[in-house]
Amino acid sequence: MLLQTHGLTANYGQFRALFGVDIAVAAGECVAIIGANGAGKSTLMRSITGVIRNEPGMVLHRGAPIGALSSAEVMKRGIAMVPEGRRLFPSLTVEENLQIGGQVRKAPGPWDLDAIYDLFPILRERRRNPGTALSGGQQQMVAIGRALMSNPELLLCDEISLGLAPVVIRDIYTALPRIRAGGAAIVLVEQDIGKALAVADRVYCMMEGRVTLVANAAEVSRQQIHAAYFGEAA
Amino acid sequence: MIWLDTLVQGILLGGLYALFAAGLSLVFGIMRLVNLAHGDLIVFAAYLVLMGVTLLGLSPWVAALVAMPLMFFIGWLLQTAVLNRVLGKDILPPLLVTFGLSVALQNGLLEAFSADSRRIPAGPLEGASLDLGLVTVGVMPLLTFASAVLAIVALNGLFYHTALGRAFRATSDDAVTAGLMGIEPKRIFAVATGIAMVVVTIAALYLGMRSNFDPAIGPARLIYAFEAVIIGGLGSLWGTLAGGVIIGVAQTFGAAVNPEWQILAGHIAFLVVMLLKPRGLFPRAVD
Repeated sequence: MLLQTHGLTANYGQFRALFGVDIAVAAGECVAIIGANGAGKSTLMRSITGVIRNEPGMVLHRGAPIGALSSAEVMKRGIAMVPEGRRLFPSLTVEENLQIGGQVRKAPGPWDLDAIYDLFPILRERRRNPGTALSGGQQQMVAIGRALMSNPELLLCDEISLGLAPVVIRDIYTALPRIRAGGAAIVLVEQDIGKALAVADRVYCMMEGRVTLVANAAEVSRQQIHAAYFGEAA
Repeated sequence: MIWLDTLVQGILLGGLYALFAAGLSLVFGIMRLVNLAHGDLIVFAAYLVLMGVTLLGLSPWVAALVAMPLMFFIGWLLQTAVLNRVLGKDILPPLLVTFGLSVALQNGLLEAFSADSRRIPAGPLEGASLDLGLVTVGVMPLLTFASAVLAIVALNGLFYHTALGRAFRATSDDAVTAGLMGIEPKRIFAVATGIAMVVVTIAALYLGMRSNFDPAIGPARLIYAFEAVIIGGLGSLWGTLAGGVIIGVAQTFGAAVNPEWQILAGHIAFLVVMLLKPRGLFPRAVD
């Protein structure tokens, strides 16, 4: 397995946000993690990427314990993150925001500045602009491109459609198959169930800090999702 | 004509203050850390250069070159072993730690070198001057100012045109997200403090060649540096140079009126700028 969490727990002070979460992502796979606000999806992402530190064995990368590593160490192992809210660096131009993604780790692979500009042509025109001067959708493209620059094995996308217009979301989702074709496994954290199911191989549904459903995206029924998402009997 | 002369002397003196301040400005810009031991570190570096000259027989310039990597390492170690542990949301712990470091450094230097006034011998350069027609300027103040401009050009180049500078700016913007890019903020901070100490060494060289120094003069250098940084606007290196020049000019004009007013005039200029532009002359857009 490329990535596994094993009985992953996480706390914010007294408040427990994750109660023993087990997920697994194979190389090249696209996995969607859906769930309502507060289900623990972002906490799961933050735990995997070392923003929240855990016990070493709670997160495994190719079988090696990485739960206690810093974000930088996790990233250097090939796990890149598109953080919630995009989090571009305001002091950096669009191009610098992209460059910094591949500055510390640059594995061989399809992604470099030119490939990112081909994926999102609008960014080439805007490359001298400050990252934060762009529209929300364009900022999201920069955030995705920035994470791709290191040629990661695994791309974690936290709420990439949040707050964007439908037409912009479509543009961004159109890019996902091309990203998969580049070889990276993708974990999509989404509230938009339809969008997530359309591109994912498998889907995890979370509720109140627990995984309530694991299913094949092509086979899962609306009733199953509904039950797992809202915790009601279908 | 005397006023033109005073103005030029003031601008050149500002170069020295900008050198005092550039390292402070860099560190503050990247990690929002005010190093209260900055002045004492300048004095420490001056003794280091002096030792190179007196014990090893080096010229002051070579001694400073030798001291630079040493000071870089000291800055790196200071950040890694001490300051990184106290940096956080609360700004008080780093202030207390650097204040303590300042006291310790002063007393350490006093033990090691006594309270005697010392000077780095600069040979014939000490009294050399250049006739520019309207005014005559000392070669040493001119070199100081040129070094300050060069240091700021170099730091700006580093900050805005290198991968390391990109990492500096990104870490300053958002350390958590910088971590997601594979950058270890604490290592970036250590390198930044190391670089600040290299600039401190340049400041120390001119401080020691231009005037006498003893272990107790650090805090006053810190005040000048701090005022220059604040006048310029936090985090702006060119602003820091402007701030240094404003204090320098105010001091020489104050001194021209009455020699007792030199220091006071610099502080008054600082207060006036704060009244008119509380965020400094060139504040960074982001903050």
